[in-house]
Amino acid sequence: MKILVPLKRVPDPDTKIRLKADGSGIDADGVKFSINPFDAIALEEALQQRDQIGAVEILVVSIGPADCQEQLRAGMAMGADRALLVRHDAELDSLAIAKILEAIYRREQPDLVLMGKQAIDDDSNQAGQMLAALLGIGQATFISKLGLGGGENPSKATCCRETDAGLETIEVTLPAILTADLRLNEPRYVTALGIMKAKKKPLEETTAGELGVDPAPRTRVLKLAAAPGRKAGVRVKTVDELIQKLRDEARVI
Amino acid sequence: MNSPNPQNVLVIAEHDEGQLKLTTLAAVACAKQICADTGGSFDILILGESIGPVAEALQDYGAADLLVGDHAALKHPLADKYAQVIAEQAKARGATMLLATASTFSKDILPRVAALLDAGMLGDVTAVAPEGDDFTFHRVMYAGNVIATVTLAGPVKVFTVRAAAFSAPEKAGAGSPIVSVEVGPESLPHQMEFVSREERPAGRPDSTEARIVVSGGRAFKNAEDFEKLVGGLADVLGGAVGSSRALVDSGITPNSLQIGQTGKVVAPELYLGLGISGAIQHLAGIKDAKIVAAVNQDPEAPIFEVADYGLVGDVYQVVPELIQKLKKA
Ligand SMILES: Cc1cc2nc3c(=O)[nH]c(=O)nc-3n(C[C@H](O)[C@H](O)[C@H](O)COP(=O)(O)OP(=O)(O)OC[C@H]3O[C@@H](n4cnc5c(N)ncnc54)[C@H](O)[C@@H]3O)c2cc1C
Repeated sequence: MKILVPLKRVPDPDTKIRLKADGSGIDADGVKFSINPFDAIALEEALQQRDQIGAVEILVVSIGPADCQEQLRAGMAMGADRALLVRHDAELDSLAIAKILEAIYRREQPDLVLMGKQAIDDDSNQAGQMLAALLGIGQATFISKLGLGGGENPSKATCCRETDAGLETIEVTLPAILTADLRLNEPRYVTALGIMKAKKKPLEETTAGELGVDPAPRTRVLKLAAAPGRKAGVRVKTVDELIQKLRDEARVI
Repeated sequence: MNSPNPQNVLVIAEHDEGQLKLTTLAAVACAKQICADTGGSFDILILGESIGPVAEALQDYGAADLLVGDHAALKHPLADKYAQVIAEQAKARGATMLLATASTFSKDILPRVAALLDAGMLGDVTAVAPEGDDFTFHRVMYAGNVIATVTLAGPVKVFTVRAAAFSAPEKAGAGSPIVSVEVGPESLPHQMEFVSREERPAGRPDSTEARIVVSGGRAFKNAEDFEKLVGGLADVLGGAVGSSRALVDSGITPNSLQIGQTGKVVAPELYLGLGISGAIQHLAGIKDAKIVAAVNQDPEAPIFEVADYGLVGDVYQVVPELIQKLKKA
């Protein structure tokens, strides 16, 4: 079995985002980057499936500038077998990412693609669904539990999905695209031994052009601005005062 | 100056087993605004089984047509089937814009539709404005901390809108005609199958639709306390309940209650945060609340930096007192 896991390089979720003065992008100076948390969960799931099933090859892919090698090495330190970097320095959108992943999928023929449900920088939540559409295969998004085929149903995955209405279980025919939600698992930490081993694992480089994909994005970001923030109001001392304020000043109860 | 061509907008309605999700009206409001700006028209597409009541609820908002695909094969909103039907309708109608209100339903299905149409897509749009002969969009990124101004090239634009950004439209004029959509089950993909869905606790409104949201965090030690205190206060106020990720992770609350960057985005008149620290990922979900009030025993908790009213105290003392005093009043 082969599992493909895309990893996006994003600012660490604990960093405070600052914008460049001209609004052309974020100020990356001094920002720590890491694997998008949802992608790390997707990779952890692939590793856990391997622990259960045995013979599983895990390929991690990142699309972006040379710096993404860092996240690919981290992914291999977690336990992925090999890595592929699609070098691209310009901005891409979800559809372009999906087209590049489609080309990689056709070359690699994985049985499963495990992805994060969204990247915490652009918060788009689209690439996995788009990839499934381009390939004409099934998808299970926002999953919090995964059961892979086994005995009766080797060609199906049973997925528990987190929806606005609550948990939903669906069955999807493999190969399929699955996108991970937060509660699927807790990603393991990278160990020193893992980092050593990762240094010897293969990291291949290619480009969208070599894959035969035109990655011209449809969406173009003209400018970024800080969202208007909320301000601290007043402290109240007692429950009575809180009720009075909500009732007479804010008039919301 | 140039202006955009009249737009042909297709709105995808969302419902819960035959009951309209009121947040759909935000997408309708956005469509109306675009049509007013460009002189176009909009249709509403409703898919499902036994969805007559949904069509009825949407009849008086000025849609050119209500497209209704009522078929057993569409009973559950499975992305492979829904995306195909929506893409076919978009083509048949010559849609230039396709939109829905942001939710797990639309986020699951619309990107798939966009790819089938080879169209780009934007999620969580908060504003759409004509600019020259095209449009610019505002959308939120980075856990709601950044607003991007974005353009979307290509003959079809697909996007989801934030419910809080567009207020419900006025009802307008006579009922829109219902046009039935042919659904051929043989031609639909069947790579995905519905198995089951968790029974939801009935009674309380959904946090995305409620006027008041009472939300609890790690301060609550178990599901019983949460229900008695957070649930109890919500009931006294006629509001919905919500929670932080911490409580969902520890199994105290179901995932459908999670508010934040990766949960629900709410915009009530009052958001009352109880024993929640105010992590940026949580605050991403409450930015559009009109009034935020918070109770936390730590005077330094970050939630106080965004709260209109803050009370330093123990939720196990404050909340019972609130319930008791509000009941009396
Ligand atoms: C990628 C990513 C996505 C995330 N998405 C979300 C999301 O969508 N939503 C979300 O909520 N979180 C999300 N998180 C998690 C977030 O970072 C926080 O960990 C979480 O919101 C903390 O929940 P909390 O405030 O309940 O718990 P804590 O941070 O532990 O805070 C508990 C608070 O309760 C107070 N307290 C304790 N006991 C009492 C008492 N008896 N009386 C009064 N106050 C008391 C404490 O002072 C403290 O401030 C995400 C994190 C990541 C990395």
